[in-house]
Amino acid sequence: MSVLLSLLGTFSLFSLMAVGGANALLPEIHRYVVESNGWMTGTEFAALFAIAQAAPGPNVLVVSLIGWKVAGIPGALVSTLGMCGPSSLLSFYVARLWQRFRASPWRRVIERGLAPVTIGLVLGSAWLLSRSANDGWASWLLCGATAAVAWKSRLNPLWLLGAGALLGWLGLV
Amino acid sequence: MDTTLHTPRRQELFAGFFSVGLSGFGGVLPLAHRMLVMQRRWLSDAEFTEVLGLGQVLPGPNIVNVAVAVGSRFHGVSGALAAVGGLMLAPLVIVLSLAMLYGHYQSVPALRGVLAGLASAGAGLVVAMGLRLAEKLERRGWCLVISLLTLVAVGLWRLPLLAVLLVLAPLAIALAWRTRERWS
Repeated sequence: MSVLLSLLGTFSLFSLMAVGGANALLPEIHRYVVESNGWMTGTEFAALFAIAQAAPGPNVLVVSLIGWKVAGIPGALVSTLGMCGPSSLLSFYVARLWQRFRASPWRRVIERGLAPVTIGLVLGSAWLLSRSANDGWASWLLCGATAAVAWKSRLNPLWLLGAGALLGWLGLV
Repeated sequence: MDTTLHTPRRQELFAGFFSVGLSGFGGVLPLAHRMLVMQRRWLSDAEFTEVLGLGQVLPGPNIVNVAVAVGSRFHGVSGALAAVGGLMLAPLVIVLSLAMLYGHYQSVPALRGVLAGLASAGAGLVVAMGLRLAEKLERRGWCLVISLLTLVAVGLWRLPLLAVLLVLAPLAIALAWRTRERWS
């Protein structure tokens, strides 16, 4: 029970800090579930992230999977609720004000100010995930090659995940 | 071409976002645009941009924020619940089924290999996402400094996110405010 409350409370707080979505939060989630509470290893964390990416749907689902790993289906449900609840309430109320402030210069200023913060957070997450997921030159090479192709081409990311899965199945990474 | 906009019923909100949740691999927002603007015509292009801007500025999962804004626009609280429920239901069931399979077959060596490969490629996708965002960043010194500071604070120094945001977000918004004239 206390674990479920901890998940609900912590993800509710994370919800309001998720500038740029769930991917920006990964270092903080990692600290909470791997470093502070020892609920899983860094490798398991990276594997759950991989499963969330290989499944359809919004990338917030990584939170559902982490909740599942910690406390089963109830854990998945409260974590998802915590992650989506507070930010959804905020959107609900701000959506009305948003149209009223259409012409306000503040909207553009906030968007421009938060853009570099979001980029730093996403790259911070990328760094943390890369270190958790890669443990040899072959996996670093796969990670780098995937990044390069995904960055420079419009190839569906599923092909890249499929290629990674295949190389892993063959025991090459 | 018929350009009139259509007001969805609650069931349609659920069904529309259900289709987005089910078919979105890697990125759901482009699909949301196609569904909302092109296929079902609930929003004009300008309205979509408006809602998307809101979803991106506010914290939380962007697509969930978009679903809340669109659902509540047509049917208040129940509309928002219908849209978010539709969006999350199928992906949640699928991802939890996958997780249970993973839990069951975790020790099979071939599956561990598959997951290791998936994890490396998945990390690469996040690197690419960050690089794509960085490409679109304003070419200004302060933008670069704020990005690097955030990256180092969160990624290398592992400072608590809340503290980092409380310092850097207001600073970045203040810097954006100072440089606003040359932009409009």
